[in-house]
Amino acid sequence: MWAFVKKEFLYIFRDYRTMIILFGMPLVQIMLFGFAITNDINNAHIAVLDNSKDVVTREITQKLLSSHYFILDRYLKSYQEIKPAFRRGEIKEVVVFQNDFAKKIKTEGKAHIQLILDASDPNTANILDAYTKGIINTYVFHNLLQGRKIPLHINVQNTMLYNQELKSVFMFVPGIITVILMLISAMMTSITIVREKELGTMEALLVSPVKPAIIIIGKVIPYVVLSFINLVIILLLSQFVFGMPIRGSAPLLLAESLLFLIMSLSLGILISTASKTQQQAMMLSMFVLMLPTILLSGFIFPIENMPLALRLLSDIMPGKWFIIIIKNIMLKGVGIAYFWKETLIILGMTIAFVVMSIKRFNIRLDE
Amino acid sequence: MLPIIILIPVLQLLVLSYTATFEIKNIRLVVVDHDHSTDSRNLINKFSGSRFYKYLGEESSYKQAENDIAAGKTDQVLVIEPDFEKKLITEGNASVQVVTDAINGSAASLMAAYAVSIIQGFNENIVVHKSPLHYHGLPIDVSSLFWYNPELNYITYMVPGILVLLITIIAMFLSSMNIVKEKELSTIEQLNVTPIHKLEFIAGKLIPFWIIAMVDLVIGLLLARFWFGIIIVGSPLLLLSVAAVYLVLVLALGLFVSSLTETMQQAMFISWFVLVIFILMSGLFTPIESMPVWAQQLDKFNPLAYFVKINRMIMLKGAVFNDFRKDFFILAGYAAAMLTFSILKYRKTSG
Repeated sequence: MWAFVKKEFLYIFRDYRTMIILFGMPLVQIMLFGFAITNDINNAHIAVLDNSKDVVTREITQKLLSSHYFILDRYLKSYQEIKPAFRRGEIKEVVVFQNDFAKKIKTEGKAHIQLILDASDPNTANILDAYTKGIINTYVFHNLLQGRKIPLHINVQNTMLYNQELKSVFMFVPGIITVILMLISAMMTSITIVREKELGTMEALLVSPVKPAIIIIGKVIPYVVLSFINLVIILLLSQFVFGMPIRGSAPLLLAESLLFLIMSLSLGILISTASKTQQQAMMLSMFVLMLPTILLSGFIFPIENMPLALRLLSDIMPGKWFIIIIKNIMLKGVGIAYFWKETLIILGMTIAFVVMSIKRFNIRLDE
Repeated sequence: MLPIIILIPVLQLLVLSYTATFEIKNIRLVVVDHDHSTDSRNLINKFSGSRFYKYLGEESSYKQAENDIAAGKTDQVLVIEPDFEKKLITEGNASVQVVTDAINGSAASLMAAYAVSIIQGFNENIVVHKSPLHYHGLPIDVSSLFWYNPELNYITYMVPGILVLLITIIAMFLSSMNIVKEKELSTIEQLNVTPIHKLEFIAGKLIPFWIIAMVDLVIGLLLARFWFGIIIVGSPLLLLSVAAVYLVLVLALGLFVSSLTETMQQAMFISWFVLVIFILMSGLFTPIESMPVWAQQLDKFNPLAYFVKINRMIMLKGAVFNDFRKDFFILAGYAAAMLTFSILKYRKTSG
């Protein structure tokens, strides 16, 4: 068996391009997610249409611009300028002050601000709307209501659990781990087994006195090792570069990862029994396994907001359950009592895949 | 193979449009009410009546509520202090605590903002009711207009971008893998000894993929109109023209990748690697303006960034050529350069 292991390792290492991708990909993704990709809104370009130009409107404008959310693109002179500016994508919001603003506050007790938002991106529009209103509200409380104090005030204390600094890496690292483990253990395993089939060497191996199980295990071991090394690298990187902790038990994390690895391996073997060519194995892994996992496992997009059909589909993705387990161990720091259900599901899937693979393998042998 | 090339993008468009959302709806809320007064109950009703929230019920202690978050049963907990109502009346000041599961950082800040805005609305409400003589409401009235997508439909926003994603994936994978397949099967040597000119060979390979990608785009646009109800505000012809140029660029990229690799597996991995980076940074899922300056500079080399932006401008805002002509010329120049470069590189390796 060790001969197989050695041969497989040699094959892998000679293929330096794939190695670069295998190790480089998670690194690049973590870097991107950690430093570049964020849903927060900063430096949004806005325009101001100030029909009044008095002390109050200037102060409010000043308050808006001194926050890091907004950058002033320009002052508009007329309503007609708004449409082209939006169309060219130069600004995301226009703040319109009514004329005689300060005067109206004094005499009528009320003045009007109109916000116009480019809602082609509804998320950004909502957030900018909330920020703008928040800043205006703060101004009102601090500057305009001093004479007449607001009689009743509710203080809101905000606590963010598990991720005080709201780092986006926390959300993505569990998904990155899942995808990489699956990529190496399922996809590459299936490709390598099918390669032997394609080259015709599988038949030769099968007629030899070596048991088929030994062949498969020998081929698969290098990928287990690779996956594990990759996992450790990702964990170390997350911890030391981004301060993502392992609040729970590290050995438990590794044990669950090993379980997930074995499940992916069994899945890879199953795919290999269903494919005749490498290209087929690749397509199957990519479109039936990887892509759905990335989309539906809760890696990037929250599952809770998806329509029912997709939520059900997500339940058959093994990645979904593993991501829950990782988040529980790394970020919530809880013990297995909280995710025994997910663990059992992955265990069950593994057994199912192994049984199916053996059945298919035996059927083919009989042919 | 052909049905796959048509079917898979259609499926992906449908699935991806419904999954790719960062909208927050149905925030699960558990309340720990230490006061059980009229005011506290009214506050809770404000949450249970909100369309953003799904009120799960009460827990009798904070510990139990926090456990609910740990077990993944709820997203947020609202804690109302004892004597909440009394404190409001006698001292004019009371506190509540909002605890949010912040593993998804950006979702958490939105959830917290919603909670705060509901509480502030409640605050203003009771002030107006309890002291109408002294207080007429806030002196500044702010109203908001949402243009181009008044119903704030997230799918309307995502579909144009997803269309770009799909044709890019098709074009990139087809072009990078197909040429490498010839290399792997060694049929490429046979082709090399024929009198066919290198340019003819490449054109013969890329033009069919270009056509397939354009067809996929048209199918996608029809789906967008008749399934998702998204009306193309701008000119469809303009859109297709820009797409034509864009696809040349992507195909040239695929060609470039294939010249670097020897096996289909490598071609697929490298294409995927490059695509993932481009996709994440393209402004499709997260805004480009929010990225740090160095990332935005790098993005100037990202073809997807240009086309996602132009596509959205045309489809959602009815942009005309003048509105984005600078970006278009950059895209066209990039395509020409990439195509030339890839053809030259290809010559050397096949020779």
